[in-house]
Amino acid sequence: MLLREVGYARPETLAEAVDLLAANDGARALAGGQTIINVMKARAASPDALIDLNGLSELKGIELAPDGTLSIGAMATYTEIVESAEARARPILGEVCAQIADVQVRNRGTIGGNVCSNDPTNHLPPLMVALDARMTIAGADGERDVDAMDFFLGVYLTAVGPGELLTRITLPAGRADGFASITLGADGTCICSAAASVNGTAHVALGCVDAVPVSIHPPSTDEETVRQAVREIGLQAPSDVHASSEYRAHLAEVVAVRAVDQALRAKR
Amino acid sequence: MTVDGTTYERDVEARKLLIHFVRDDLDLTGSHIGCDTGNCGACSMIVDGTLVKSCMILAVQADGATIETVESLAAGDELSRLQQAFSDHHALQCGYCTPGMLMSATALLRANPSPSDDEIKKALQGNICRCTGYWNIFEAVRAAATDA
Repeated sequence: MLLREVGYARPETLAEAVDLLAANDGARALAGGQTIINVMKARAASPDALIDLNGLSELKGIELAPDGTLSIGAMATYTEIVESAEARARPILGEVCAQIADVQVRNRGTIGGNVCSNDPTNHLPPLMVALDARMTIAGADGERDVDAMDFFLGVYLTAVGPGELLTRITLPAGRADGFASITLGADGTCICSAAASVNGTAHVALGCVDAVPVSIHPPSTDEETVRQAVREIGLQAPSDVHASSEYRAHLAEVVAVRAVDQALRAKR
Repeated sequence: MTVDGTTYERDVEARKLLIHFVRDDLDLTGSHIGCDTGNCGACSMIVDGTLVKSCMILAVQADGATIETVESLAAGDELSRLQQAFSDHHALQCGYCTPGMLMSATALLRANPSPSDDEIKKALQGNICRCTGYWNIFEAVRAAATDA
């Protein structure tokens, strides 16, 4: 498919990239391209210009601090996360990234692109919420940090505003994590997903059931309490060809229990 | 960019996908366009050592890159071990997906010369065969791996 005419720039510094995005309302960031290029083929988006982030060393790299804090550059690919020794501090990251699509997509697709596109069926938004990630956003006025809980604002909408870029994602240490999903075929699109992080109590985040990840804090980690906590939020889950609203709400209970169970087993 | 050992220098519009550049501008039609939505993998190529779907990367992003397509696999008329295994095991029916299957399997065997059965299946996950001849494709890759 020939795309609509589009400008292209490949800045070499973060400051240059932010300037280019700020100077042109119609410019969009090009990370791995595994979503936006297909969206452009479908004419669902027609940016005036693509600002290619692949030349920005500031957005690369995965670092583990002595205190266990893990910092992941927004342009880290799924494959880089799967293969990173540092990222193994939180094994769930590699496990989930290895479930996304296929080898070719994992080689190009990035953690930053996954969270910034914020498709409700994406794997990483609920995972970032459950893990209490902090998202660093750069703009003309410098950098600011946003909690994952406040980062996801709506379908395809995040706290990254015009002229801004997500630069890094930081995960605090000291937790055990789990993730479970029901997908269309092995490693396919999620119909319902849940991520859990346990440190005494559990933080569970549900995916695919609302415009943004739904965060819950069950008072304890036993199965019935987790199920009850999911039921109590009264999900109005979307209905589609893959699952009715009621069925999706039921799946939310199932995957929440499985994610918490995996986190508890990881802790032992 | 260098494609299959030959260096090309062209001016290209930003909106042109790598697969179109390679097929239309360079006339290297071994790589196929199947779905054009990033699902089927018929356009798979190895760009700077990394397996990608060339319908989801702009040609300008491959400026200066070294690209391998299915056309680089055989040495003249002599098939690569993997291509010969595809022939021996009847791993193609219509052949449309074959260029992508061969590149995914080539990338796998390069990184992991003795993959497990599960690793072979995982490696081919991004390539769809609408003849559904997966079993023979799997057998061919396993044979090429075992023979190595």
